Amino acid sequence: MSCKIYWQLFITFMKIGAFTFGGGWAMISIIEREVVERHKWIPRDEFLDLLAVAQSMPGILAVNISVVVGDRLRGLKGSIAAAVGGILPSFTLILLIAVFLTPDTIKNNEIISRIFKGIRPAVVALIVAPVLTTARAAGITWKTVLIPVGVALLIYSGLPVISSPLVFISLGAVCGYVYYVRRVIPNTKGGAK
Amino acid sequence: MSIYLKLIWAYLKIGLFGFGGGYAMLSLIQSEVVNNGWLSRQMFTDIVAISQMTPGPIGINSATYIGYVATGSVWGSLVVTLTVVLPPFMLTLWASHFISRHQQSAIIKGAFMGLRPVVVGLIASAALLLMNRENFGYATDEQIISIVICVTSFVAVYFAKLHPIIVIVAAGVAGFLIY
Repeated sequence: MSCKIYWQLFITFMKIGAFTFGGGWAMISIIEREVVERHKWIPRDEFLDLLAVAQSMPGILAVNISVVVGDRLRGLKGSIAAAVGGILPSFTLILLIAVFLTPDTIKNNEIISRIFKGIRPAVVALIVAPVLTTARAAGITWKTVLIPVGVALLIYSGLPVISSPLVFISLGAVCGYVYYVRRVIPNTKGGAK
Repeated sequence: MSIYLKLIWAYLKIGLFGFGGGYAMLSLIQSEVVNNGWLSRQMFTDIVAISQMTPGPIGINSATYIGYVATGSVWGSLVVTLTVVLPPFMLTLWASHFISRHQQSAIIKGAFMGLRPVVVGLIASAALLLMNRENFGYATDEQIISIVICVTSFVAVYFAKLHPIIVIVAAGVAGFLIY
């Protein structure tokens, strides 16, 4: 039993790694389906918190996501199983390409480029879908919807400094803390606690 | 200095200072790799193109590829890939432990309260940034087909609850048949 979960983590992330085109963001749909819905390893709102941690750390988002999910389930060993599983498909494939092929055979391959003309717009859809599911998990209301909309548009604007995701992560954490201390704690003190 | 040490140093920097994932790291990777003369600018563009056509994050794909090309050995691939993965791996693991230890503290509870809507915005920004000509094509008829594929994929994943992997495969087949 105890071994089974590591194996499942490894296989699940290998599947995720093999079908993630377009970087870490495109993984979210697949991870959500596998980890939250299929295996029910992590509830949806907690998954959102894990994404926040993964995004706040430097490095490759896809690796960071596997680390936080693996760690949440089975600590260090879990995160190793998830990260190695996630990396293995692309590592193997790229190594095979580097050893046996020249870049041109892939780049100018007519069949591959036709396939990818179909995949690329689908990947965008795979990133739009978790926007809506995470918005529900975050309990976004008509009032708070201004935060994600504002963040998305400012990052999209590409303006210097304010288009950096790190700015909004820091702001979000600080503002969240201030709000929590000033509004949430005073309101709960008289009641439940 | 041996080529291995140079590669390790370059990819340590890329791993530790690359925030925002994938394409945000590209310029950093390019400046390290091209300036060191491991790849020409043309070869770098090629590896970016290959990364787009193979699964996995570009940070890892470029590390694996450049590790092999620069050293001529599979060990080079392995060493460089581990170099770009390990430091963020440890940092993220540390952060994850720190947070679960202090889960009940006001700082962590409050911070996540503020972070949740921000993360939704970050995912949305990633989607917006990818809605470009590179992904949807340059010609009008290609753009129309791309929009149809994108909307259909969205309906399939979000409403029909199809598995995203099935959607990716179907979109690839559609692209092959249409173009």
